Amino acid sequence: MTPLLDVRNITKSYGARLGCKDVNFTLWPGEVMGVVGESGSGKSTLLGCLAGQLAPDAGEVIFDTRAEGPRDTLLMAEAERRMLARTDWAFVHQNARDGLRMGVSAGGNVGERLMAVGARNYGDIRTRAADWLDRVDIAADRMDDRPGTFSGGMQQRLQIARNLVTGPRLVFMDEPTGGLDVSVQARLLDLMRGLVRQMGLSAVIVTHDLAVVRLLADRLMVMKDGHVVESGLTDQVLDDPQHGYTQLLVSSVLQV
Amino acid sequence: MTLQPMIALSDVSKSFTLHNQGGAVIPVMAGAALKVRPGECVALVGASGAGKSTLMRMIQGNYLADGGRIVVGSVDVARADPREIIALRREVLGHVSQFLRVVPRVPTLDVVAEPLITLGAAPDAAHARARTLLARLNIPENLWSLSPTTFSGGEQQRVNIARGFVHDYPALLLDEPTASLDPTNREEVLTLIEEAKARGAAILGIFHDADARARVCDREVDVGRFTPIAP
Repeated sequence: MTPLLDVRNITKSYGARLGCKDVNFTLWPGEVMGVVGESGSGKSTLLGCLAGQLAPDAGEVIFDTRAEGPRDTLLMAEAERRMLARTDWAFVHQNARDGLRMGVSAGGNVGERLMAVGARNYGDIRTRAADWLDRVDIAADRMDDRPGTFSGGMQQRLQIARNLVTGPRLVFMDEPTGGLDVSVQARLLDLMRGLVRQMGLSAVIVTHDLAVVRLLADRLMVMKDGHVVESGLTDQVLDDPQHGYTQLLVSSVLQV
Repeated sequence: MTLQPMIALSDVSKSFTLHNQGGAVIPVMAGAALKVRPGECVALVGASGAGKSTLMRMIQGNYLADGGRIVVGSVDVARADPREIIALRREVLGHVSQFLRVVPRVPTLDVVAEPLITLGAAPDAAHARARTLLARLNIPENLWSLSPTTFSGGEQQRVNIARGFVHDYPALLLDEPTASLDPTNREEVLTLIEEAKARGAAILGIFHDADARARVCDREVDVGRFTPIAP
């Protein structure tokens, strides 16, 4: 089996300030990896570099493409990388407004992604959009409403539908449950777990919420000051942390 | 004929380093060794704090061993990649802990069926098997559609047991499976353990219930023997 994503020595600086340095990992099909660390640890920079939104200073991001097998996405032409981002990748933003078109209806938000990969039949697009809205628990009678009229949790579920309708293989998530009520978070977590399993998705989830990674991620990477300080099986890293920073992080979580 | 052990530990050691408490190193285990063969149930015994749970956690890959070998089936957990351990837990090594950890709001029936669905079973068949176990463990049917997070301690324990027995794992770790159970349910759990042994599962468990231990366990391993000698 070939890893879906093979990341080697990713380094990114902003002038004199370090974003992330020498990050290495492999992600296998169906695997979910969590990246945790506090604000400024470099986890969002890393995600941006992986998803083609930021240009790293050094390193390789080798993705197992459907047509040609493993290829370094950083060496691809911009047009090719954008096509990959539409067909094979998905990016779920913390703020649903960054991932949605607020002036377009919910159905349009989902249908637009289908059209971007070549769907043209209106009836077919609408049927598939309706199917996906149903899968993320958005009532059929809200299909023609704009996302601005939705609650935060609904917007986030709509963003997930918009991202997954094209059947991507790799999903990047940046704080997907950030800013949501805990009850809404739980529903979203359950939805994401189900979709990951049903679709055999691989995912990289950046968050500062250790409870989220415990429930969603198979593996965990802990970042501090741009460096990966520890990685391993999620429950092992959380229950038997080896690095001083991880020990501090785990022992700082408030118990409820 | 002697069967090959399903679980085999040799020279396993473990210490904890507390980086935020002056880097104190606490050795907790040295030279741990044991074997569990298919169809056998072995009890870990020893005083509280002797390291029974630590040893179980290392076999599960939840704690990192410092040294030694922890072979379960064909995988050395002490050296395996995370994805090998994930596959091992999915297919080979079942685990019943004392704590139920689930996504809030997921119905009990789905919690119990999940291991089978993850293995690729048809949802209908997985749910049917989950129903059988929940019924055997006397979880009232009107609770199956509710999340177990709101259940009593004893009910959560039984949901955990149902989940641990839903797939016929070749190896099973049981952490106090009969604690906080009434006589009827305790009897049902012991029967489940006997059935698992009969189909050839290798079981390693912690049982504070001495009668239960005497009934289902073939041997005892005293973890106190693996306590490191103070320098």
